Amino acid sequence: MKISEQDIKTVASLSRLKIREEESADVLFQLNKILTYVENLQALDTTNIEPTTYALPMQNVFREDKVKPSLDRELALSNAPLKEDGYFKVPRVLEA
Amino acid sequence: MALYDKTAHELHELLTTKKISAAELTADIFSHIDEAENKIRAYLTITRDKAEATAKLVDEKISRGEKIFPLEGIPCAIKDNICTKGIKTTCASKILENFVPPYDATAYKKILAQNSIIVGKANLDEFAMGSSTENSGFYTTHNPHDLERVPGGSSGGSTAAVAGGEAIFALGSDTGGSIRQPASFCGVVGFKPTYGRVSRYGLVAFASSLDQIGPITRDVTDCALVLNAICGQDDMDSTSTAAQIPDFTKSLVADVKGLKIGLPKEYFVKGIDPEIETAVRNVAKKFEELGAEIVEISLPHTEYAIATYYLIAPAEAATNLERYDGVSYGARVDGADVVEMMTNTRTEKFGAEVKRRIMIGNYALSAGYYDAYYLKALKVRTLIQKDFTDAFEKLDLILTPTTPNVAFKIGEMVSDPLKMYLQDICTVPVNLAGLPGISVPCGVTKNNLPIGFQLIGKALDEATILKAAFTYESTL
Repeated sequence: MKISEQDIKTVASLSRLKIREEESADVLFQLNKILTYVENLQALDTTNIEPTTYALPMQNVFREDKVKPSLDRELALSNAPLKEDGYFKVPRVLEA
Repeated sequence: MALYDKTAHELHELLTTKKISAAELTADIFSHIDEAENKIRAYLTITRDKAEATAKLVDEKISRGEKIFPLEGIPCAIKDNICTKGIKTTCASKILENFVPPYDATAYKKILAQNSIIVGKANLDEFAMGSSTENSGFYTTHNPHDLERVPGGSSGGSTAAVAGGEAIFALGSDTGGSIRQPASFCGVVGFKPTYGRVSRYGLVAFASSLDQIGPITRDVTDCALVLNAICGQDDMDSTSTAAQIPDFTKSLVADVKGLKIGLPKEYFVKGIDPEIETAVRNVAKKFEELGAEIVEISLPHTEYAIATYYLIAPAEAATNLERYDGVSYGARVDGADVVEMMTNTRTEKFGAEVKRRIMIGNYALSAGYYDAYYLKALKVRTLIQKDFTDAFEKLDLILTPTTPNVAFKIGEMVSDPLKMYLQDICTVPVNLAGLPGISVPCGVTKNNLPIGFQLIGKALDEATILKAAFTYESTL
């Protein structure tokens, strides 16, 4: 077993996901199967190999720091699940 | 032949010589959609009013005697993870079920600039994660060649629309094969350009270092026309490349004399459908007859590509999908506090495969596992890329099957995600290396299911791929 039920709970919580009781056995089984499969990378010696994050060689891309038109506030808020007075509205974050 | 079955370049000819009008063409496509769509289910949204309005504009332009663009008045489908201002863009996810983007993706904007006729938004696997469209949060698309089979994925709606006469061409996106694999399953041409050729601005991010938008068409000529329309550097995507863009139609010449084409032995191993192997070897023979040189080669790290991809792509996806938190857009499911609201939203609105990849990604990125999984995968990515760099020192192109098997039955693989991942064996190495790749139809099996071959080129050398693909197509 690569990953335990407790690991899954932790990673689900980090991912802001809840695993329902009835699906937990299947989630555990599938994730273990996949993580066991990807273990085959451990067979490769990667000493002194640099990691690749982007396939094409790319340096920093700069542009002039110029103000350009941006989204109108109403448009930016148009998909908000809840809004008020030009703001996104969320449940209370801090204790009163 | 019905209008809806023609290519863009044929229709362009008919439009400019006034043999047909854009309105007639649009009416023909929609009358076919009325008949076929309830069987194929290629679309999530159909934009008939918009299409008819564009057709009218195009016809006015033609009647004024103005010159029209190559894709002007040509009906097209847009994969539903490409943002279209004012038109719902759902990514086939319940979490974006009602999302109407306030801006256009750059590639889509370039199609709009051609005055193409937007038929609708095509189905996909949720957030482009899948190889069959069975992970769509809404419904599965059916393969027009056999309705009991999948069209492939994730751009399965786009390829089924083009194959089924519901669009003349389409835009798809390809992170690990999502244009090429469904193109091969549906018997159409699908092209993933070099990473950075097409702006990713407005393409809903899945795995940012791998994602690329590309054309799905009925032939190689149309493929070149769509590439001409959508490639180019974009201020809104800092990873788009400043490299010169050739006129891709210049590659439409039948000539492969002197081209060196490699056949990597790792792509012809057991597990591959013998009918596919035979078909692809016949393509190699044809190239040889036409004057190309076929070389047996080795890409030794191929067997590690799936593992590498299924760590890197989920890690990037886990990060990209953090934004679906029920705050600024998308669905929200209430909870007692912010964390519970976010957790409820994500738990209820993401599908099983998306959740699985988020969990794999966050696990591979978490403290204690980062070096063993994510960093390791990035290093193996270097080795996979180096395989290609080394091979291309002596080659112009690499020829492989696009997929190890033809379109499978709906439901056949849904209970085994790992088996589904192995579908991508021939296509993921290309994304990991950032290279361009095409899938071109090369016949059918004895059960009449389409087979595709893949040509992989050097970075930024789409032109040579198109030339060879066009040469093959010209022999048919």
